Amino acid sequence: MAGSKEIRTKIKSVENTRKITKAMEMVAASKMRKAQDRMRAARPYAEKIRNVAAHLSKANPEYKHPFVITREKVANVGIIVVSSDKGLCGGLNTNVLRLSLNQMKAWEAEGKGVSVCALGNKGFGFMGRVGAKVKSHVIGLGDRPHMDKLIGPVKVMLDAYIAGEIDQLHVVYTRFINTMKQEPVIEQLLPLSGEEMGSAQGHWDYIYEPEAKGVIDQLMIRYVESLVLHAVAENMSSEQSARMVAMKSASDNAKNVIGELKLVYNKARQAAITKEISEIVGGAAAV
Amino acid sequence: MAMTIHLDVVSAEESIFSGLAEFVAAPAIMGEVGIYPRHAPMITTIKPGPLRVKVPNESEEVLIFVSGGILEVQPGVITVLADTAIRGADLDEAKALEAKRAAEEALKNNASEIDYATAQAELAEAIAQLQAIQRLRKPGH
Repeated sequence: MAGSKEIRTKIKSVENTRKITKAMEMVAASKMRKAQDRMRAARPYAEKIRNVAAHLSKANPEYKHPFVITREKVANVGIIVVSSDKGLCGGLNTNVLRLSLNQMKAWEAEGKGVSVCALGNKGFGFMGRVGAKVKSHVIGLGDRPHMDKLIGPVKVMLDAYIAGEIDQLHVVYTRFINTMKQEPVIEQLLPLSGEEMGSAQGHWDYIYEPEAKGVIDQLMIRYVESLVLHAVAENMSSEQSARMVAMKSASDNAKNVIGELKLVYNKARQAAITKEISEIVGGAAAV
Repeated sequence: MAMTIHLDVVSAEESIFSGLAEFVAAPAIMGEVGIYPRHAPMITTIKPGPLRVKVPNESEEVLIFVSGGILEVQPGVITVLADTAIRGADLDEAKALEAKRAAEEALKNNASEIDYATAQAELAEAIAQLQAIQRLRKPGH
């Protein structure tokens, strides 16, 4: 019966693993719902600020913010890589990092310098390992995307843009399509493209208080920050749903393994019983 | 019925108020501004402080605390883009410096050359692992 005891231990251990993956699946499911709600809650702000920015770009021709001016020569590129803090979420981070790495390689091949802003532990670790020029990073974002944590690292990139150290700013994150499907995307943040602003109706100019420049500067910074926040919020939804799916399949796999092990165990048990009976019968016949 | 104007108060993390208002008072950077319907288009930054909203058919004013942001008046609609974080030029600067310092420190600890080949090898390995898992998952293999 030595074999069957080993199998029993094995079944026990797989069952324990399954309990953990099952629990993680349920945690991810409830977190996913909240993350999706937050993603939706952030939408009105993004829409409103885009409207205001659109009005502004039409209404005020005498001052143009550097963010809306496209530079002719692009020598250096900035990239904001949004990843998750924790693993065990399938291929989520692998996909997003592969996309950024390929893009970075393409830029380098064109002779452009690349600097990175890493949001999230996984991306930061990876960018550190490949030795990319990490200008700023933030880790430990938690379950709620907070503007508070993003202001600093994003400002580093915006300052670099204004100072001319980078001529373009992109963001890479995982777009949430639905629970089963997420895909990594790369989007250009700066310079802001005109069509994205939409078209404003009517012709009027604002009364600016205290002055146009200050207000527009603040608005533009907030606009870009809201885009980054949105990317982070989407990435968090994607992370939770990817984790839920990964943990679900892990639980299912564990279930299959347990089933197979039980079959083997029962076979071993039956064989042992048969053997015992035939020994008894053999012994009785000998007497 | 008194004239009303649509008011939206939104922050990056949630929508705070959306509805009709008869009168709005906001803590603008140059001093408090009061806005009645048909106010001229205006855009201003606001300081941290209370936003007072007179809602139709209610005697009490609604008080909303905003920690700064931008107020925009368009014909027919007022939008308040509220900040979720307390900010200021110095505060933002301090945060940026802190972020920069952290990044430089992290970089010092890891002074390797750009090694895309290693990174790609690592990625390829991870992908191979994923594929292997997927193959295992399929019944009959």
